[in-house]
Amino acid sequence: MEKRTTFSKWSVGILFAVPQLLLIFTFFYWPAGQAIFWSLTLQQPWGGGNIWVGLDNFKSILANPDYWNSVTISIIFAAISTSLSMGVALVLAALTDRQLRGSKFYSVVLIWPYGIAAPASAMAFRFILAPEAGFMSIVNHYWPGLWDPGLNGADAMATIIAAFSWKYIGYSFIFFLAAFQAIPRSLIEAAAMDGSGVIRRFWDIQFPLITPTIFFLLVINITESFQDSFGIVDIMTAGGPHNSTNLMVYKIYSDGFKGLDFSGAAAQSIILMLLIIVLTIFQFRFIERRVHYR
Amino acid sequence: MSKFYNCISAAAAGVVSLALALPAAAAPIKFDFWFGLSGDLERVVQTMCTNFNNSQTDYQVVCTSQGNYDAALQNTIAAFRAGKQPAIVQVYDVGTATMMLSGAYYPVGKLMSENGYKIDWNDYFPGIARYYATSKGELLSFPFNSSTALLYWNKDAFAKIGKTAAPKTWEEAADDMKALKGAGYDCPMAINISANESWQLMEQFSAIHNEPVATQNNGYDGLDARLTVNKTKFVKYVTDLKSWYDAGLIKIKSKDLGQDMVQAFASGDCQMIMTSVGDHGTVGKTQKAGMNWDVAELPVYAGTERKNSLVGGASLWVLSGKSADEYKGAAAFLNFIHDPKTALFWSTNTGYIPVTKSGFDFMKSSGFYDKAPYKGREVAIASLTASEPTPITRGVRLGNFTQIRAEFGNQMQAIFANKVSVQEGIDNLVKNGNAVLERFEATYKGKQLP
Repeated sequence: MEKRTTFSKWSVGILFAVPQLLLIFTFFYWPAGQAIFWSLTLQQPWGGGNIWVGLDNFKSILANPDYWNSVTISIIFAAISTSLSMGVALVLAALTDRQLRGSKFYSVVLIWPYGIAAPASAMAFRFILAPEAGFMSIVNHYWPGLWDPGLNGADAMATIIAAFSWKYIGYSFIFFLAAFQAIPRSLIEAAAMDGSGVIRRFWDIQFPLITPTIFFLLVINITESFQDSFGIVDIMTAGGPHNSTNLMVYKIYSDGFKGLDFSGAAAQSIILMLLIIVLTIFQFRFIERRVHYR
Repeated sequence: MSKFYNCISAAAAGVVSLALALPAAAAPIKFDFWFGLSGDLERVVQTMCTNFNNSQTDYQVVCTSQGNYDAALQNTIAAFRAGKQPAIVQVYDVGTATMMLSGAYYPVGKLMSENGYKIDWNDYFPGIARYYATSKGELLSFPFNSSTALLYWNKDAFAKIGKTAAPKTWEEAADDMKALKGAGYDCPMAINISANESWQLMEQFSAIHNEPVATQNNGYDGLDARLTVNKTKFVKYVTDLKSWYDAGLIKIKSKDLGQDMVQAFASGDCQMIMTSVGDHGTVGKTQKAGMNWDVAELPVYAGTERKNSLVGGASLWVLSGKSADEYKGAAAFLNFIHDPKTALFWSTNTGYIPVTKSGFDFMKSSGFYDKAPYKGREVAIASLTASEPTPITRGVRLGNFTQIRAEFGNQMQAIFANKVSVQEGIDNLVKNGNAVLERFEATYKGKQLP
């Protein structure tokens, strides 16, 4: 007689899922739960005690004009850096895909920036964009005071956008290039024989076929620009001048770790989390409709 | 056979236990010291730790740099919450109020007397000791690296305008800056307006003019203290700085712009700066060859009776929850630091000032201040001891002061970028700073500063 170990499907499923669930719980739900608890209390930094304040932390944050400033500039930062990095990456990928001479070389070179740690690229850009010593000193030589990220908020914003986008150009480029190369050559050759030009072929054939990639990168880039920018801000501007680069994620870091206001930072993290969830849902509801999956 | 075996094994066990017991008796008691200094200063601290370890066999201090002051405090808080805190930690001046309310320390006065060390606390310069003491005068942390702000001035440039002394008043400084500009110097004075410069521009200025930064005697008398700098001479000071900046007499120099104040002065590009005496060594090491310069006390407005300036730097906190043995080691280490010879070693290699009168006298009698490159550093002592500390010049003891300094930087930048007027900017600083203070007071509801 054949021996067979039988499990009910339900219990086996749970058994196999346990390690994964444990990991998710430890590294996501537990800290998130902790953050929610902290956001509803006032935490003494040394752990001496906490006072329950309900939604007071959220109320005081939402009543603070500096916080709304940081929300506004975070959205501006996300919009500009995402379109810049994706736009440049798209053009570069399209050119590389056309098998220009040395395209292999370009593809390797363009991927590199993504491998460089954010603080390192921030240091490089800090030098390049320094008004008196770097590349931009040429601009200031001819038009004194034109480039002044130390006092001019818009200039400071431009420096962090440049450093951040530069890094994500490489990231987007990899995906765009892969998407272009997955398009069957025969489609493009057929279109070429029918007499359509490069631009026409791009808009009518290539672009629709890479919309899933564009959508994916849009979600990733926007999320990252809200979450991954703090290293660059810390090194290049530290949120200044006069709060003009104090992005939401940097404000959380500086209030929480430098200012030791754990509760206020926790409340801001919850708001940022909700904002990203809403943005992602919005993208899936409204933008994904225009995506053509093959 | 079995007897023989027993005998052997007993002997072996004896040898083994002896071998275990011997090093255990001789092994020094280890304890941790975390600090915030890095780079050149980190090496000096490590040398000091090695000197302590070599000076005796009972204790061994393990010294670890955390990179900077912020990180030292953050890492210590994280370690404390996890029960893995070091025995001693270096905390910067602005962390003092937070530390005092933490309930996480062992008062150094108590530590030293309980471990049999007699330290004459009156030997500490009053401006330094009172910064780290309770309102009743009990010292909670151990003064370590102390500094104050000074005016650095280029003697060569001043010679060109016929002057041999630094300006003593701001009125005189304004005339000197105009004369320097007239003599072809592009940058008579350099300042920076980030959060860090709150120290020299707001805190030191207020102290030497005996003007409060906050109510309740700058926070010493209660957590309900609120900022008052929008109603003091500080407003006039910022107004003047801004007008001198607009007239091209003052330039903003920061690392973000390619050259910080100290570099701008050392390279001869700018003729005056206000910075810590801790930079005295750096200027000496990096200055343009042959440049003549000196330091002086910060200027005051004419008609002001000058008061003592504030101590900056950091102190050493002994944390609670360690073993009695570790506390013995910590006390021995602090006693070692207190020794005038260690003070001489420390001040020679860093630029920080000695914190005790006996240390200062020892250095003076050994001829330390008589020759370059150390000549001039005694001005810092003169500035710190210009008067007996008043209730306002004891120090600034405000909660989450790091955030208030950040707000200072924000508003100064807004003022200098013409986003707001001087009064508006300082009003904003007071309003936002008070929100930070209210939050701190609510977090420590029912508690009082010791």
